[in-house]
Amino acid sequence: MSSNATATVVRTGAGSRFVIYTLLALFCLYYLLPLYVMVVNSLKPLSEIQAGGMMALPDVWTLAPWKSAWSTAQIGVEATGLRPFFWNSIVMVVPAVAISTVLGALNGYVLTKWRFRGDTIIFGLLLFGCFIPFQMVLIPMARMLGLVGLAGTVPGLVFVHLVYGIGFSTLYFRNYYQQFPTELVRAAMIDGAGFFTIFRRIMLPSSGPIAVVCVIWQFTNIWNDFLFGASFSDFDSQPMTVALNNLVQSSTGVKEYNVHFAGAIMAALPTLLVYIVAGRYFVRGLMAGSVKG
Amino acid sequence: MGFLDIKNATKSYGAVKVLHETDISIEEGEFLVLVGPSGCGKSTLLNMIAGLEEITTGDIAIKGQSMAGVRPADRNIAMVFQSYALYPNMNVGQNIVFGLEMHGVPKPERDTAMNKVADLLQIKHLLDRKPGQLSGGQRQRVAMGRALVRDPDVFLFDEPLSNLDAKLRVDMRTEIKKLHQKLKTTIVYVTHDQIEALTLSTRIAVMFGGHVQQLGTPKEVYDNPANMFVAGFMGSPSMNLFPAKIAVENGKAVAKAKLADGQDATLPFPDARGFERHDGREIILGLRPEAITDRDGADRNSQSVHVIDAHVDITEPAGSDTFVSTQLGGKEVTGRFRADVDVHPGQTFPFAINMEKAVAFDPKTEERVS
Repeated sequence: MSSNATATVVRTGAGSRFVIYTLLALFCLYYLLPLYVMVVNSLKPLSEIQAGGMMALPDVWTLAPWKSAWSTAQIGVEATGLRPFFWNSIVMVVPAVAISTVLGALNGYVLTKWRFRGDTIIFGLLLFGCFIPFQMVLIPMARMLGLVGLAGTVPGLVFVHLVYGIGFSTLYFRNYYQQFPTELVRAAMIDGAGFFTIFRRIMLPSSGPIAVVCVIWQFTNIWNDFLFGASFSDFDSQPMTVALNNLVQSSTGVKEYNVHFAGAIMAALPTLLVYIVAGRYFVRGLMAGSVKG
Repeated sequence: MGFLDIKNATKSYGAVKVLHETDISIEEGEFLVLVGPSGCGKSTLLNMIAGLEEITTGDIAIKGQSMAGVRPADRNIAMVFQSYALYPNMNVGQNIVFGLEMHGVPKPERDTAMNKVADLLQIKHLLDRKPGQLSGGQRQRVAMGRALVRDPDVFLFDEPLSNLDAKLRVDMRTEIKKLHQKLKTTIVYVTHDQIEALTLSTRIAVMFGGHVQQLGTPKEVYDNPANMFVAGFMGSPSMNLFPAKIAVENGKAVAKAKLADGQDATLPFPDARGFERHDGREIILGLRPEAITDRDGADRNSQSVHVIDAHVDITEPAGSDTFVSTQLGGKEVTGRFRADVDVHPGQTFPFAINMEKAVAFDPKTEERVS
């Protein structure tokens, strides 16, 4: 029925259509307003904000707040800007996302195609892990990290996010692979492919859509995490979110709102980029033709 | 010992026994068809031969070698799946040689083998395409190519034609038969379609409820069904089964079945046929539609054609034949008449019954009695 996919279920006249679009435009505007405020205020001198014109476009356009937020703003005790913490976040997010996605894919593969006694219980426990509130594990996790010597380090943070991420990534891949025809795996077994060869040559090439979903989800969650970052990092391993908080909360001197706005945008930019870039690959139909229908 | 030996093999899932003790032995080059309705255990048995399902008890041996604990890849078998199971991310050529690649065959040899198979199946022009760009029949060919290229000891087919439309199915059926005659490879083929079973096989195993009901050549299974299940399952339209009473007079057995008007139709067998111990008892009489026909269409070589007048309930012209239904023993009975016989519903018409072909079953055990 793909030819009907664009047809609407309910017949709409021009009048109701106008109302719908106007409403949608209003919602859109409302939703985008904070972004507008942030962008506009990050591009004007502090004096203009202090004079009151929050909603106005800048009289004088300037990139100075951005430069300051990136490299010279006071974070905690040192005037390093957000730059080092941005890299902390990158170094934390990339391995955490990559490893949790790969492990999730492997888990999903095993839980659907190499089933064993008790596999549903294991899957249930993994799922349960998704729903344990972060706060509950703070103290045991701190103790664990201390014991293995990862406390206050970036690898420690990677480990924490990895453990939390596996539950979700397993859920995604397991549900996706459930739909994946088992006959393909059986055919590959008869063809002589082993466990990892089947995974690499047959499963992974067809996992594009779910991998993108998983990466977007993990990246957003880990990048935006504040609690674990604040709890388990030292000053030199703080992620971007914690540094942004420190920038905004710095009590010395005047509040440089324009710098804060610039910093906040910087902190949000990578997740935005991931959506824009990866969303393009979020297409269906990669599985077309492997089996009937 | 045969080429493929299934010795006392069973399969259980927990307490549920899906395949009871099964013994089948076939020679090299045979075409064994496992046929039966859904859930009869035929696919389970095939998967056990393939090594995709473990054997609970018993053994399966290929070329005299026990397959217990041997991985599917090391059994030198190839399998064609119902859904074709083509790897969606590889093109046709890669699909075909994937098995060879996994078995460490060097590239030049793989290419030679691929070209040979592509020629044989006439899919050379498709080699660069992805499975998604192929029609059902083409996918079917590629799936067969992938099996052929391995040059296996045994081919396993799991309902390979059930996803094709009716016409293509008949074409591919002929093609599989041609292929078997040309290559003379041993084949085990699973289907629920009894026509496929009859046309393709050298031997049929009719399965039901996890038991092999009968193992034999197509002719044996068709002409001499071992029980009522086999009789009803094989053949289309299926065998007429109706109750009749046996009487033995002067060394000859006679079956009496009630007509629609309450009269008894008397159907004499050519001889006693071992019915002595059933004298006076009720049996289930089995007659194929082609054994019930019009007077001129009856088999001239038969020594025992008996004509009865019966009421015509329905006529179904099918082009080559006309199927005519009447009542015998309280059951609807269908005869296969010649197409140009002038017969109409409501008439009383002579039915010529070839009692040489009649078979009889015990009404309780449903087993063959004669």
